Amino acid sequence: MPKVKIKRKSTAIDMTAMCDVAFLLLTFFMLTSNFTQKEPVAVNTPSSISEIKIPDRNIIAILVDAKGKVFFGIDGQDNRIQLLTKMGAAYNITFSAAELKEFSLINKFGVPISLMKAYLALKTEERDIPKNALGIPCDSLDNQFKNWVSLAKGINRDYRIAIKADQATTYPVIKKLMGSLQDINENRYNLLTSLKSIRDYE
Amino acid sequence: MSEVAQDNNKGKKKGKTKKMSTRVDFTPMVDLGFLLITFFMLATTLSKPQTMEIALPSKEKVEEKDQSNIKASRAVTILLGKDNKIFYYEGTREHDIDPELIEVNYSPTGIRQFLLKKNYEVMVKVRDLKIEKESKKLSDKEFEKRKDEIIGDKKAPIVCIKGTDLSSYKNLVDILDEMAICNIGRYAIMDITPFDLELLAKKSL
Repeated sequence: MPKVKIKRKSTAIDMTAMCDVAFLLLTFFMLTSNFTQKEPVAVNTPSSISEIKIPDRNIIAILVDAKGKVFFGIDGQDNRIQLLTKMGAAYNITFSAAELKEFSLINKFGVPISLMKAYLALKTEERDIPKNALGIPCDSLDNQFKNWVSLAKGINRDYRIAIKADQATTYPVIKKLMGSLQDINENRYNLLTSLKSIRDYE
Repeated sequence: MSEVAQDNNKGKKKGKTKKMSTRVDFTPMVDLGFLLITFFMLATTLSKPQTMEIALPSKEKVEEKDQSNIKASRAVTILLGKDNKIFYYEGTREHDIDPELIEVNYSPTGIRQFLLKKNYEVMVKVRDLKIEKESKKLSDKEFEKRKDEIIGDKKAPIVCIKGTDLSSYKNLVDILDEMAICNIGRYAIMDITPFDLELLAKKSL
């Protein structure tokens, strides 16, 4: 009986197709992605059934963490520079060009204006540690939050206000924020929520 | 793992024109591709967050119109209490008789049941409108316009939402959600009044 010859097959696989797929997916992700923006505190938003999406641009983002600390941010680097200049003028603080440049790169901040200079001098990774993330004062005595919002609105009327607060934030904090916004006649704003499945409602 | 293909023509004689293989090993390129995909997948936010649009009355307007002007039979006041409790009462104090304060929760059988019953006529109309939309293919714009007309009905209940200091933001969002579910067209977020606190205190809470 002749020996059965087992053909030796090559183990190399043609990778071209796989490569195609990989780069196709890569292109898709590159084109659709907008990067997750770093936030100074982790916030767990409550869920709602509302399905309206937030627009990408022209947003005044207000972030409130569970302890009631308020953070603030607007988009557009030029607008940020204008905003800090105006805010500095209102509180008699002059910022240098380097400080303005530094500020224009910050997405959201939460410091009283008096500590802004020191805050801008910090390294990026030091800014978000709890000691330095103090929150913007919004008491009736010293309502800097109100000034930030009204000055930002003065720069661009199209800005929409979006409030992103933690589930556990207590009501008085929210009431204070809403009161401040009401004082400067900003009565329309958006509350950011995550999606709740409709199943819960049927 | 991924080795670049070695030149295995060593044994061949010199002088012969080498027939170079045109095949390239794509493995490293695939590796790189998937590495980048992984990076982009992790770094992106695919879903935009949802938002809830609210419009509050401006300060002057609130002061202008006396809040107690709302017809008592239509008014429902919802108090957001601590530990995810809700209290509601209808109308207000009349002839020294306090309205009854009822405790409910945020579940579908809680506050929603009451609001749906209270807003029954509007709910039926909205349901009919939805059916009409399906059969007659109303445009979304037309549908929204007619829905606004229905929920703005003069006889529909008016809800006042008042949060106590011990309630949370989640409670507020939940109750605003209930307004949307129950098609309540008129509602307002108000400050808590001494009268409300008195009612709560009577229930020894």
